[in-house]
Amino acid sequence: MIEVRNLNKSFETKQVLFDISATFMHGHVNQIIGQSGSGKTVLMKSVIGLFRAESGEVLYDGRNLSAMSEKEVKNLRREVGMLFQGSALFDSMSVLGNVMFPLEMFADMTKAEMERRAIFCLERVDLKPTAFSLSPSEISGGMQKRVAIARAIALNPKYLFCDEPNSGLDPVTSLVIDKLIQDITHEFNITTIVNTHDMNSIMETGENIILIDKGHVGWTGSKDTIFTAKNEALEHFVFASELYKQVKEVMTR
Amino acid sequence: MLGADFFVFLQTRNETINTMLGLDAVGRYALLMKRTFSRPDNWKMFWRQLPREIIKLGYDSIFLILIISVFMGVIMTMQVVLNTENPLLPRYTTGLMLRDTYLLEFSSTIMCLLLAGKVGSNIASEIGSMRVSEQIDALEIMGVNSANYLILPKIVGLVLFMPVLVTLCVAIGLLGGVGVARFTDMITMDDFVYGLQYAFIPFYFTYSMIKSIFFGFVIASVSAYYGYYAYGGALEVGRASTNAVVNSSIIMLLADIVLTQLMLN
Repeated sequence: MIEVRNLNKSFETKQVLFDISATFMHGHVNQIIGQSGSGKTVLMKSVIGLFRAESGEVLYDGRNLSAMSEKEVKNLRREVGMLFQGSALFDSMSVLGNVMFPLEMFADMTKAEMERRAIFCLERVDLKPTAFSLSPSEISGGMQKRVAIARAIALNPKYLFCDEPNSGLDPVTSLVIDKLIQDITHEFNITTIVNTHDMNSIMETGENIILIDKGHVGWTGSKDTIFTAKNEALEHFVFASELYKQVKEVMTR
Repeated sequence: MLGADFFVFLQTRNETINTMLGLDAVGRYALLMKRTFSRPDNWKMFWRQLPREIIKLGYDSIFLILIISVFMGVIMTMQVVLNTENPLLPRYTTGLMLRDTYLLEFSSTIMCLLLAGKVGSNIASEIGSMRVSEQIDALEIMGVNSANYLILPKIVGLVLFMPVLVTLCVAIGLLGGVGVARFTDMITMDDFVYGLQYAFIPFYFTYSMIKSIFFGFVIASVSAYYGYYAYGGALEVGRASTNAVVNSSIIMLLADIVLTQLMLN
């Protein structure tokens, strides 16, 4: 479980996050949702430690990130996997090489064991062996996301962060990636935090949702309560589309 | 409240002064080098990266160095012969000038300026692209010291291979001069070879090696600095690459003055 307490973050004189407090549940897909520019990515990067917050605490199963030494942060990072918006695969390595990289860097395994683990992770995300030797530029966006997920889970992380995993994907592939993230979260019992503004994704996998509105926590809930909740910020975000307005009407009839 | 505003004003003013003097860049460069020269997370990965960088940055530059060195050797020999028609100057002056020019400046300074263009832009654009495509963030998230993993093998590789490039440059440049003596009637082979051997100071070779090692470090580290702190998109990567070449060239020229003063005066 990851807890955020009273987090504030500014860039020079502009404050982006205001007193954010939230709990990200263990074994669940936790979503941070909100409009572009609302502070979702800043919150996620502050939770991971890529940005240092001015005040507040981030607790990883009780361990305070801001009180950790550089070495402790480094050790914590080995318990973290991350799926980036643009996949962030290493161009100079093959698909298999990308997944083997964290193992080669940190795992105490023989080469054969590493290869077996990397192949297991790639097969878990439904990638065919013919793709293993290809370079990231030779595979599709959806496949790149799968490889990035495989790389993120290679070291058996306790925490998985996904920054807009559906960005640039078609609706069908988006659903497949969402389902994959959800399955992996449950299967490996991971605390997963997904940063998204994709409504399909929210309705598919939003087990615990935090809406960020202009740097504040606007609403918390789940996909089951999102249509019935009475919240101005939420209505502004969710029901911006005619389709969802109609869905709400049908559901509340 | 006034106190807080005044503090912000002072902070902003100091930041502006630091930016104007380039002190913030020096500080960031020093911090980056501190992270670069820390203990690698995995030595096996470092030793695997090192030969790749030597090949990419050093070995792949040999052709460029050979072409430029031989042509400059030929041209400089011809220029000296054609422009020093003075009965008071001995005929071996051509060989002597070519040798000392190559040993003292051309093989180290001029060749390193050329390498700053080829290798420096390569390093800055490679690391810059990794920065803007979040690959460096991905390394950091994994707990990898990205500066150490990416930059250290490049610096060590280039510094190790620089003496080889300098030696090749001198040898091939002088061979260009030998070619002029052999295939034209501008100067006899005996006069040219006598000039090459006349009053040879072996320390000049050491001096050239020391300079080239230092310049290799400047090219790799300054270019890596500009790539590592690139942000935005393709345009910024291009800008980082240009800044890397321009600034590493200026630093090398300034360092050349200091090193020459220290070692030859």
